[in-house]
Amino acid sequence: MKLLTLNFLTCALKPCKASPLSFPLHPRDAELEIVESELNLSFLRNILPRLAWEELRGVVRELGLPDLPEIMPEAEALGKASSGKKTNENAANENTITTTTDEDELSPKPEVQPEAEEPDLEPTQTALDLHRLLLETSLRAGSLVCGNCGHAYKVKEGVANFLLPGHLV
Amino acid sequence: MAESEPRGEEYEAQHVHSVYEEIASHFSSTRYKPWPIVERFLKELPDGSVGADVGCGNGKYLAVNPKVFIVGSDRSTNLVKIAQQYQPHATIVADNLGLPHPTHTFDFAISIAVIHHLSTPERRMEAVKAVLDLLRPPSSAQGQTGGKALIYVWALEQKESRRGWDEGHEQDVMVPWVRHSKKEKSQKRRKGEDHGAEVAAQTSVPQSESKTFLRYYHLYRRGELERDVGEAGGKVVESGYEKDNWWAIATLQGSD
Ligand SMILES: [Zn+2]
Repeated sequence: MKLLTLNFLTCALKPCKASPLSFPLHPRDAELEIVESELNLSFLRNILPRLAWEELRGVVRELGLPDLPEIMPEAEALGKASSGKKTNENAANENTITTTTDEDELSPKPEVQPEAEEPDLEPTQTALDLHRLLLETSLRAGSLVCGNCGHAYKVKEGVANFLLPGHLV
Repeated sequence: MAESEPRGEEYEAQHVHSVYEEIASHFSSTRYKPWPIVERFLKELPDGSVGADVGCGNGKYLAVNPKVFIVGSDRSTNLVKIAQQYQPHATIVADNLGLPHPTHTFDFAISIAVIHHLSTPERRMEAVKAVLDLLRPPSSAQGQTGGKALIYVWALEQKESRRGWDEGHEQDVMVPWVRHSKKEKSQKRRKGEDHGAEVAAQTSVPQSESKTFLRYYHLYRRGELERDVGEAGGKVVESGYEKDNWWAIATLQGSD
């Protein structure tokens, strides 16, 4: 189960959902694996504002993975113009700002994205790192524990199981 | 037609869940073509939308739009394992009545051919409510319409179908699923892409090689889905009939 999923999961018990302690679930005895997938820059940019960044940082820390930046990166920091073909070693620390859009910063973003994304954008190191962490790093085995009731949901062969004891067949 | 066992959770465990777990791979091989209404709903979503597919089965609808993110869930571990292949989505094992998602966060949700498997009116309404409660509520202040759910259930009125059920027929039925060990046979003569490979029963396969499983269904009559949506706190924005099924697109009712 890819780590991005944790951003949309909480305890299956109804009373827990009202408690802030039930989100996010806490991995325990986690066995991680990398399941490679193709990076989709526009997907990454779209999903970024949906992330509970602080909570995600906590989970990443609990898993012993390298810290996420304190502040969530801007969607604009995920893509850069591809013309200058520099290697990522030096580009990693640069603040790559692309100025390909002319939208007013103050106006809310429209829900519908333009037809196709700028074709010549390529992922920055930030994008590569986020893709690796959110979409490729996966929980293979272990448990997900609710911080409110303490219930542990098992993860086996990459599948998290949220059936509650009373529902087990 | 259905026996006199008390309906509810235990009943569904025996007459729905264990059957799907058992027939998962065969069931999956017969399900590849998305229904047009569902496909349209998923393709019209803005890029980057986040949603849930409650009762995702083999993940057929996870393949439709890779520009949105869907958390699919199903009671059957075997089906969830099959559904895992569709990127960029995610799949988990969960019950429709105990979904492990934060409430009021998703842009969309789909429930395709699932709610008709719940065996009492209360549980069906609860299942609809569980789907609707995933949605972002409409906000009149920001002029947002809120999240949308597409719910799709089997219809009682299907006299053109092979089964020929229609108005006036018993709504709670047991539907056979016939599994043949010779897979090639069951691939043939598929009609309507709907709820079973039962059509395969018409081909001439030796009896000894087939096994029949019975699944419980509640066949929805006209207007019943809309009523469930209303009782569950939803508002129907569009509804209709497609290929032996009733469907409805709903949002949460506005707070005002
Ligand atoms: Zn809990």
